[in-house]
Amino acid sequence: MAAIIRMENIIKTFPGVLANDKVSLEVEKGEIHCLLGENGAGKSTLMNILYGLTSCDSGEIYIKDQLVEFSGPRDAIASGIGMVHQHFMLIPVFTVMENLILGNEPVKGLKIDKIKSEKILADISGKYGMEMNLHAYVKDISVGMQQRVEILKLLYRGADIMIFDEPTAILTPQEILELYKVMESLRQRGKTIIFITHKLKEVMEISDRVTVLRDGRVINKIKTESTNTRELAKMMVGREVLFSTRRPEKRAGAEVLRVEDLYAKDKRGQKGLKGLCLNVKAGEIVGIAGVDGNGQSELVEVLTGLRRTDSGSIKIEDREMAHRNAGRFLAAGTAHIPDDRLLRGLILDFPLYENMLLGFQDQKPFTKGIFIDFNKVRQWSKGLVEAFDVRVPNVNVQAGSLSGGNQQKAVLAREFARDPKLLIASQPTRGLDVGAIEFVHERIMQARQNGKAVLLVSLDLSEIMNLSDRILVIYEGKIIAEFMADEAADTEIGFMMAGGGKK
Amino acid sequence: MKKNPLFDIFIGNDSVFSFVKAILAVFFALIIVYFILLLTGYSPFPVYGALLKGAFGSRRCFGECLVSTTPLLFSGLGFAIAYRCGLFNIGLEGQITVGGIAAAFIGYIFPEMNPVIHVSACIAAGFLAGALWGFIPGYLKARFGIHEVISVIMLNHIAFKIAAYLVSMQGPMKDRLDDMPASPFIRDSAKIVRLVNGSRVHWGIILAVITAFIIWVLLFRTRLGFRIRAVGKNKYAAETAGINVKRHIILTLSISGALGGLAGAVEILGVHYRLFAAFSPGYGFDAIAVALLGMVHPIGIIASAFLFGILRSGSVFMQAMYGVNKDMVSVITAIIVLFMGMSAPIGIMIKDRFKRKSHGTSV
Ligand SMILES: Nc1ncnc2c1ncn2[C@@H]1O[C@H](COP(=O)(O)OP(=O)(O)OP(=O)(O)O)[C@@H](O)[C@H]1O
Ligand SMILES: [Mg+2]
Repeated sequence: MAAIIRMENIIKTFPGVLANDKVSLEVEKGEIHCLLGENGAGKSTLMNILYGLTSCDSGEIYIKDQLVEFSGPRDAIASGIGMVHQHFMLIPVFTVMENLILGNEPVKGLKIDKIKSEKILADISGKYGMEMNLHAYVKDISVGMQQRVEILKLLYRGADIMIFDEPTAILTPQEILELYKVMESLRQRGKTIIFITHKLKEVMEISDRVTVLRDGRVINKIKTESTNTRELAKMMVGREVLFSTRRPEKRAGAEVLRVEDLYAKDKRGQKGLKGLCLNVKAGEIVGIAGVDGNGQSELVEVLTGLRRTDSGSIKIEDREMAHRNAGRFLAAGTAHIPDDRLLRGLILDFPLYENMLLGFQDQKPFTKGIFIDFNKVRQWSKGLVEAFDVRVPNVNVQAGSLSGGNQQKAVLAREFARDPKLLIASQPTRGLDVGAIEFVHERIMQARQNGKAVLLVSLDLSEIMNLSDRILVIYEGKIIAEFMADEAADTEIGFMMAGGGKK
Repeated sequence: MKKNPLFDIFIGNDSVFSFVKAILAVFFALIIVYFILLLTGYSPFPVYGALLKGAFGSRRCFGECLVSTTPLLFSGLGFAIAYRCGLFNIGLEGQITVGGIAAAFIGYIFPEMNPVIHVSACIAAGFLAGALWGFIPGYLKARFGIHEVISVIMLNHIAFKIAAYLVSMQGPMKDRLDDMPASPFIRDSAKIVRLVNGSRVHWGIILAVITAFIIWVLLFRTRLGFRIRAVGKNKYAAETAGINVKRHIILTLSISGALGGLAGAVEILGVHYRLFAAFSPGYGFDAIAVALLGMVHPIGIIASAFLFGILRSGSVFMQAMYGVNKDMVSVITAIIVLFMGMSAPIGIMIKDRFKRKSHGTSV
């Protein structure tokens, strides 16, 4: 069968980094082709080249056997290529329809032909099973829906080759299933999809073929049906990967965090937390399981001083912390791995070493009176970057130039470096490759062994089951069930997550 | 809120490229004005020559150039520090005005005294008045979420009106012995001394350059500067790192206003020696262009303030020699700002071409 895309011997260097080293990629028409590889392996770079966002140093791209040269996404779109980025490019205050037609509006005279637009869009979304309210504002719809808007936009522009860069990283498990359906119907209608993910299960479930990258080079090209997750993991990281973390015996110590009857509002000013109680002891990992949107992000924000509590108490080692700001929480010995690294975790325009200083900016070894000793900060950052295997040429590069997974590793390195009493980790392994996930899980376990209290919030139930000593199920802003690690079955937890405990 | 995924091809922060951009902006502005001059019937080169001659032609001319550079440098720094904190302080003209009022008042109300003490007191008064004029919008923003651009525009007008009232016929600061709508002259001990004979240039320029270095150190070497920049680049990440965003907004706008206040004080104490209503010919507005052209970096701002000093002082000469309205330099200023504002897309274009050239025609 003829390849619809052929990229040959693509070489791309960034200062100090060889991101793509003679990469060749072939994608056949009508297949779902998975691009797999470690953090920083060069997947996003390769796709940015295909989409015309970045130019490569050398190499050739053939679309339908035609040699092409893109000088920007506009050219790529004209050749039928579309890309959904991990971070959406929608305008929040526009409606879904306005976002979709932006730049390509059907017009009648000088005015936008609303009726025609609506008809065209309704046709497309119906055809691919992506019904949605065209008149809702983008800011009001869920992340999963926003992603749909992005996909619809590609279809509206006539793309038949679609690139999805880690689309599932930000989705809830339910939304992922929905996305599968959409991808399936796209494939049935002859669209070609390139799909980037770190979740091997997803690779096995949805893709036809896989290309594995490591250190900017193609390691293997393989049919999905002839491989398995273990083999893929080994190809990716070059060694065996353990899929579960060993949990040594450990007796929990004194209570570190105690939350009682906590009330707080959510983003929209409605009730987010409604009388939530929990506690975490030293040397214990407590996992919060739940369907997204049941108060997890509010809980994390309240427990790190980023959201006001309406009432209730938060005690860290018997110190009342409700109504304190984030600085006080840090000073009290909390570390926070935020779920949105780009928003809360990093300052993309800052060099990496300044990012490592965040939260330490007024602390001893780095300050000299009113001054900051940036040499010391650089030195120290180098150590952290090495310890966490953040792949960067040096610590002076801007955080924004790191690959997604390496950004996450940088945040993790900084937060573990706080040597906290209480670690609040929200989606700590989002966007990480399997090797890095293993590493982070080990670090969390190590923190527990060292007597830290860990509160783990994750939408990935297997992560929660794998690490936690105790599992709390959050539902509509309350903890409605508690399981000890050894007695927990995922079916039972799943039942509670759906609100099953409520009569 | 979310960062643009185009980020990695944004080169706005790359200092070499921003330097090239700044040079290009000036260059383009001069070219466009070249054609405007041509179309309006002037011969551009002699006009530009006159502009330069007005700034460098004699010791006196060069002095005038530095005289304009001084308040531009102070207020450019003021705009820059706010900008680094993500704030758009277009209220520097008002802050200059109140700074001038305070300095003039202290300058004449006290009798002759030790000049070091008197000048310092006047400068401190200007600094504090400007700081107050920055604190107010900072507080309004932090407390009530009122956008600083709105409140500083209003505060500008309040400052202008206050100044006009103070020196009006019934005004409390009006010099009763003079028909001019102006305050009494400040004491000799309150005057900032001239740097050289035969020119109005005074020690203020030295003070301004020192201030630039202080702001540089403040922004890039101190804890406060780090926090200010963090708030400016990503206030959510700053908040997460335990930085009190509201407090830093108030503080930074106060510092920004104080720098405007310094510009006003030094202008009164070193040039005019008395207060009159519109003693600043729009330095506070030029400050925006100065800061942007200077890549919002104190050292760059020294250079761009000097460039704008040349334009301002040269324009008078240009008008006298060739009858070109001196507002033609405002056109240059405007085009520079425009180009700096468009710098991101232009930067991408340049980079793209450059890349393509250096790698032949491969994709
Ligand atoms: N604009 C840039 N400037 C400098 N280096 C860059 C830039 N973009 C990417 N890199 C580097 O190129 C390498 C490949 O990055 P890329 O984003 O393609 O990785 P990835 O495979 O998508 O990884 P992840 O799974 O973590 O998203 C990384 O080492 C990264 O630091
Ligand atoms: Mg990536």
